[in-house]
Amino acid sequence: MTTTTEAAPTAADRRDAGDPRGGRFDSSLGLIMLLLVVVVAQGPVRRALSAPVAQSWMTVFTAVVLQALPFLVLGVLLSALIAVFVPPSFFARALPRRPAVAVPVAGVAGAVLPGCECASVPVAGALVRRGVTPAAALAFLLSAPAINPIVLTATAVAFPRQPQMVLARFVASLFVACAMGWLWQRLGRADWLRPPARPAFHGHGKGAAFWASVRHDVMHAGGFLVVGAMAAATLKAVVPASWLRGAADDPVVSILALAVLAVLLSICSEADAFVAASLSQFSLTARLAFLVVGPMIDLKLFAMQTGTFGRGFALRFAPATFVLAVLVSTLVGAVLL
Amino acid sequence: MNRKAQAIVLFLVGGAVLRAGSTDLYLRYVKAGLRPLLLAAGVVLMAAAVATVWYERRTRTAGEDAGEGEGGHAHREPRVSWLLVLPLFALILVAPPALGSYTAMHTGTALQRPWGFPALPAGDPLPLNVADYAGRAVYDHGRSLEHRRVKITGFVALDGHGAPYLVRMALNCCAADAQPVKIGLTGRMPTVLQPDTWLQVIGTYTRKRTKDPVGGGAIPYLEVSRSTPVPAPRDPYDESWNG
Repeated sequence: MTTTTEAAPTAADRRDAGDPRGGRFDSSLGLIMLLLVVVVAQGPVRRALSAPVAQSWMTVFTAVVLQALPFLVLGVLLSALIAVFVPPSFFARALPRRPAVAVPVAGVAGAVLPGCECASVPVAGALVRRGVTPAAALAFLLSAPAINPIVLTATAVAFPRQPQMVLARFVASLFVACAMGWLWQRLGRADWLRPPARPAFHGHGKGAAFWASVRHDVMHAGGFLVVGAMAAATLKAVVPASWLRGAADDPVVSILALAVLAVLLSICSEADAFVAASLSQFSLTARLAFLVVGPMIDLKLFAMQTGTFGRGFALRFAPATFVLAVLVSTLVGAVLL
Repeated sequence: MNRKAQAIVLFLVGGAVLRAGSTDLYLRYVKAGLRPLLLAAGVVLMAAAVATVWYERRTRTAGEDAGEGEGGHAHREPRVSWLLVLPLFALILVAPPALGSYTAMHTGTALQRPWGFPALPAGDPLPLNVADYAGRAVYDHGRSLEHRRVKITGFVALDGHGAPYLVRMALNCCAADAQPVKIGLTGRMPTVLQPDTWLQVIGTYTRKRTKDPVGGGAIPYLEVSRSTPVPAPRDPYDESWNG
């Protein structure tokens, strides 16, 4: 039942894409047609969605999107400010020359980029292009989505009774980010890294560049946010609570289960703490693994890293990040939680 | 998706969020405190849409070839952007209701031990919320509730055997983390009960309690003397857990 709306845009998309009108799919026309079709067909659509499962799926889906959207917009605005009004050379000048020292500095500097992982990938790409040592840029890439003030505040709000969760998330994420940076410094090879190309927003003045960056980021990250919200709603409304409870009983299995779940759900790091809080049948350590793994590697990040840094890079970097993130969060969870 | 279509989507999503935030619609999905952020986000999205159209028109008048390309090199937004129309449809066309009896009966009661049991104020019947009554009944063994008539509001949920429960969903941030707190109802109840109708019940504490089949949490009972249907409250969720 829920698939009726999910299928609608893609089906319309494909149908219109086949339209030989000028050989190119006119997306604004397609969008207007889609809106018209849905408005005309709203009666049957509503009836199809009247089953209790579908209703609760829709409610959770809408709730996740609505709750994450203000955070997403805030992150996108700030990242556009940084992208347009802070010269890229500033970051290169601010970092120490020695890579081994630059890694932790860049990792901590991740705290000043208030955004989710969708924002940090293009920024990390730009850093590499500006001559920042890749190890430092990668530490920044991994730490920025996890340790910035917005994400940590959201974590504190989501876990009002466990303030140590915020500290554990900060420590574990920063440690994994630095360790991955040093690991790249040691083992990484330049030819794995395809020089990233980034769409340029410059040329029409700062105002145009600013709003273009906002639009681009909202459309990108917003789309992936919807994917994450659909997955979270499916998990909440459809999957029986007993499945997850079965996994929650065993301490080792529960950590692995939530780490894999973080990868599959691909929730924006600004919203993942609220989902983690709702997985209350799991141990705090397992939920910490969810919060550490999620912002560093998930399905949409893997796709974005492939697009930005090349496939050879993503295939090596992603599994290493996953293993390290699980190990570190288990250790930090054992000490702090 | 080209820029014009993106501007339409941004404008409509921003408008839908603004509308949800300026009415009580948003209370079905998120906590009340998120309202200013929602309104601001709606305004920013609409501003981004207007700015996109404005700069698009300016570039078009400046040079005809710039209008064709997406930033010169046909940088189109990925197909995933199309999914942004889904929350739009959900908010404008469907506006799904707040979580109700279906979710309540598929989730275990989330009753937690309260910090303490402050003395109850005078009043007869005494208004209490669902979580407060359940907490005192289960963890204080009803000591502070003896010989008191209480008045509790919640929605009706029926289990597989048709036994009625009074439920309120407790919310930390958004409906994705909403969890039910349940009270079993015995005594003088209407013979026909519709799930999801809001009831105000007046009754007294009883020792009877049961174990939630989902999750195994404790569910206390209330001996009902009177029940009246009431309209759904403005905020359907219990947000007293926010701290």
